[in-house]
Amino acid sequence: MLKVKSVHKTFNIGSVNEKTALAGVDLQLKPGDFVTVIGGNGAGKSTLLNVIAGVFHVEAGTICLDGTILNNQAEHQRAGFMGRVFQDPLMGTAATMTIEENLAMALRRGQRRRLRRGLSSKEKHVFKEQLAQLGLGLEERLSSKVGLLSGGQRQALTLLMATITEPKLLLLDEHTAALDPKTAQKVLRLTDKIIDEHSLTTLMVTHNMKDALKHGNRIIMMHDGKIILDLKQEEKRQAKVEDLLQMFEQASGDEIANDRLLLAK
Amino acid sequence: MYLNILLGSVEQGLLYSIMVLGVYLTFRVLDYADLTVDGSFPLGAAVAAILIVSGHNPLFATLSAIAAGAVAGMITGALHTQFKIAPLLSGILSMIALYSVNLRVMGRANISLLRQNTVYTQLAGLGLSDSWVVIAVGVIAAVGMVAVLWWFLNTELGFAMRATGDNAQMIRSLGVNTNAMKIIGLSISNAMVAFSGALVTQYQSFADVGMGIGMIVVGLASVIIGEVLFGTTTIFRTLVAVAMGSVVYRLVIAIVLQLGLKPTDLKLFTALIVTIALASPIMKGKLQVALGRRKDGHNA
Ligand SMILES: Nc1ncnc2c1ncn2[C@@H]1O[C@H](COP(=O)(O)OP(=O)(O)OP(=O)(O)O)[C@@H](O)[C@H]1O
Ligand SMILES: [Mg+2]
Repeated sequence: MLKVKSVHKTFNIGSVNEKTALAGVDLQLKPGDFVTVIGGNGAGKSTLLNVIAGVFHVEAGTICLDGTILNNQAEHQRAGFMGRVFQDPLMGTAATMTIEENLAMALRRGQRRRLRRGLSSKEKHVFKEQLAQLGLGLEERLSSKVGLLSGGQRQALTLLMATITEPKLLLLDEHTAALDPKTAQKVLRLTDKIIDEHSLTTLMVTHNMKDALKHGNRIIMMHDGKIILDLKQEEKRQAKVEDLLQMFEQASGDEIANDRLLLAK
Repeated sequence: MYLNILLGSVEQGLLYSIMVLGVYLTFRVLDYADLTVDGSFPLGAAVAAILIVSGHNPLFATLSAIAAGAVAGMITGALHTQFKIAPLLSGILSMIALYSVNLRVMGRANISLLRQNTVYTQLAGLGLSDSWVVIAVGVIAAVGMVAVLWWFLNTELGFAMRATGDNAQMIRSLGVNTNAMKIIGLSISNAMVAFSGALVTQYQSFADVGMGIGMIVVGLASVIIGEVLFGTTTIFRTLVAVAMGSVVYRLVIAIVLQLGLKPTDLKLFTALIVTIALASPIMKGKLQVALGRRKDGHNA
């Protein structure tokens, strides 16, 4: 499925702001894997997702999906088989367009855009059913502008847009971090349900260790641009937040003094 | 006499509305302030005029003008997307380059089309009076353009273009090449602007290399007037509003000229309209803050 091999990414090479964000990352996913990704601020989690999605190109290493090397494909070319949800609820939808128009664009993920009608009445019926499953009442507001929705509603819609074509890979980057706790849990439950229904291969970044342990079948921890911990199946099921903290200290040789990692316990 | 002024404004408003719809496409849909307009409008005029005086069919001349405008827009789009030149500067570069190109196309600074065959004289042969011919052509062109744009903006490609102006990151993550969308949008827009230039030059019976100066500001003023007066609830409504904004703009100009404004002050006047329109949301906010403070002062 996804194979990331000794990937390096450095920003602003040769300037005073030079910053190595990925220092040799190796990661292999099996079909249907649901991997949660944790790590402190600046550990390289977002950068990892971004290089997989093709937002940035890497200096070294390969990114390979189902046997195809992606390194030279542009972001919009890879988008055909990757769904993404961003941290910022405003990022994943077009605010001036309606709910149904946004979904129609998502339904054409990776297809060549032609001079055919952008939205058919048959599609509207399908969207209505799928929106109803979100349980947010959006099925009654198909022709409302997305800009009128709340952050949680927009994020749920983005999630539906990211998964409506059942992409090979789903990339979630702290997609509940900007929501209030109750809405965040709701969106997480939806995430679980959708991933489960379609057995989507998923990478989900989160700052919340509990969530990271509760969801998915595998957990990886990043630090200074490297993966320092990788727990699968049974190991993961038995791990507790305290164990993760301890393993983090051992693996990184650092005290966890600083960041949100601790706070989110 | 007032009827004449009214008719004249409607005639001009309709012919310029094609340009205004083009400006709407870049400025509102793509969120791209495209100054190429100042060069592609006279480009359309120049191409149409030179082809007509050298004996070509006016319809062919007009179609050629449209094609020339499309190429101009494509070049601006390439400057921006391929060489990462800022939108404003890409437009300025095209605009300046087009000034020389237009002079080369025309071979001189202006061309007279008096007693030449034009799209209007061709139709006049059917027995319509001069003014009605212009209005007929204007209405057909404006209604046609509104219909085509409305259809286009509701196609898959149109959706992708609207999303590119709204949230480029989002539509890229759905697999759309946003650079291609910008190039296509700029190309269509400037094709329309050049079309408008070709119609106007045949209407006024001359082409002048300076006839595009400030055209973008006229376009913006018309877009804003139309949106404010006629509303933007749906795309169709906005397109109609923007086209009508062009007619209202010409009426306003005719009225202030009647009231004694010097023609040489027109550009200043137009710039003022746009400035006021663009500044009004901020001015409103500041006004409210100021008023709010005063109220607080009273309460305290
Ligand atoms: N576009 C960029 N330009 C320059 N530096 C960047 C860029 N993106 C990330 N970085 C740097 O790369 C490092 C890794 O950043 P990244 O965003 O991947 O961290 P993260 O693990 O997602 O952190 P957070 O938990 O804060 O989101 C950081 O030091 C960051 O400053
Ligand atoms: Mg991040």
